[in-house]
Amino acid sequence: MLEISNLACVRGEHLLFSDLSFSLSAGELLQIEGANGSGKTSLLRTLCGFMMPAQGKILWRGQNIRDLDEEYYAEMIYLGHLNAIKDELNALENLRITAGLAGYAVDDKQVIAALRRMGLRGRETLPVKVLSQGQRRRVALARLLIGNAPLWILDEPLTALDVGAVGLMQELIGEHLAGGGMVIYTTHQPLDVAGVVTRRLSLS
Amino acid sequence: MSQGAATPSGSRVNSLSLYKLLSLVIRRDLVLAMRRRADVLTTLVFFIMVVSLFPLGVGPEPDMLRKMAAGVVWVAALLASMLSLGRMFSADYLDGTLEQMMLAPQSLSVLVLGKVLAHWMVSGLPLVLMAPVLGLQFDMPTGALWVLIAALLLGTPVLSMIGAVGAALTLGLRGGGVLVSLLVLPLCIPVLIFGAGAVEAAASGMNALSQLSLLGALLVLALVFTPWVTAQALRISME
Repeated sequence: MLEISNLACVRGEHLLFSDLSFSLSAGELLQIEGANGSGKTSLLRTLCGFMMPAQGKILWRGQNIRDLDEEYYAEMIYLGHLNAIKDELNALENLRITAGLAGYAVDDKQVIAALRRMGLRGRETLPVKVLSQGQRRRVALARLLIGNAPLWILDEPLTALDVGAVGLMQELIGEHLAGGGMVIYTTHQPLDVAGVVTRRLSLS
Repeated sequence: MSQGAATPSGSRVNSLSLYKLLSLVIRRDLVLAMRRRADVLTTLVFFIMVVSLFPLGVGPEPDMLRKMAAGVVWVAALLASMLSLGRMFSADYLDGTLEQMMLAPQSLSVLVLGKVLAHWMVSGLPLVLMAPVLGLQFDMPTGALWVLIAALLLGTPVLSMIGAVGAALTLGLRGGGVLVSLLVLPLCIPVLIFGAGAVEAAASGMNALSQLSLLGALLVLALVFTPWVTAQALRISME
């Protein structure tokens, strides 16, 4: 469904990678590997359309993501280094706005259920600024539970998470793949999803 | 809650209607502004201070004050609105919510328009409401006060919209705050000329309708073009 052909990415004067081709279909898990500065984040941001590829094409269901624009964005979720949550709002409000912008009509019950699944019971209405780094990451990850976008692009989803939350993430990714979803992620921590072969792509 | 369900049809777009999207963004930004009230107050206090400093500086002769009232209020409004421009996108840029807004399957131009309108409500509207009080301080006639309100009501949204383009272009730059003023202030000159002109015309007993119409035209023009330009500038800043 996602096809990348001959992709090259330039940051400033520096060529990060070139001639990168791969494809991803339903139920597949792809880990991007590489040393610091090898262009993992740049690759993911290019897949999101933030950066223009210096060369090559990114196709989603056979069409260029530039042409699809909003249709593509309706089918993907990106989770970057930044949590994209507002310190002044509580977890419930944060998630409600995110869901609203994604075009989902969710009620509070669904949002609270998502937060509880992420282990934030009792923290739903606290301002995010009093939460710990790991709890904030959980609030950000709760976004994955709202809606049904098939493509997940996760940049270091496990930063600041404890062992329990890492297990939960493995479970969530497993469920998502079993439902026909796709996940592309980068991580420096081991992430094993039961019953799924992780494809690996090395940037060097 | 449905998760991981990949739908085979590729045409599912969860687009919100124009009104729904605007109200969602405006409500969000207003709630955020209310939880950070100090930012809102600084703009207003700055405006009041600048206007109040003039009589102290140039002396208390009523004739002179009356003559320069329109210009002083307008220049102060212009500077006050510059003061708050840096905040329009920077907080959202720093915590990553702007990134997510660009990935939302919604029109970025409409989203930007919502943010600009919310910004105007917390930084421009208070100036409009406070201006007649400051006008009284300069002994402006009643008719001119009404024209001042009307002119500011038409002009301050234009300042916010032009400012949004500058704020988007300088996003993430060091020293962007000063740069945005240098970029935006020259573009605001027409608003200043017609705005102050309208009030002066009214104060000297002439009809201010022509200047107000020109301000209205500027507002429509800004409303049509600046959200799109700002959206493109944001995309460039994101790279």
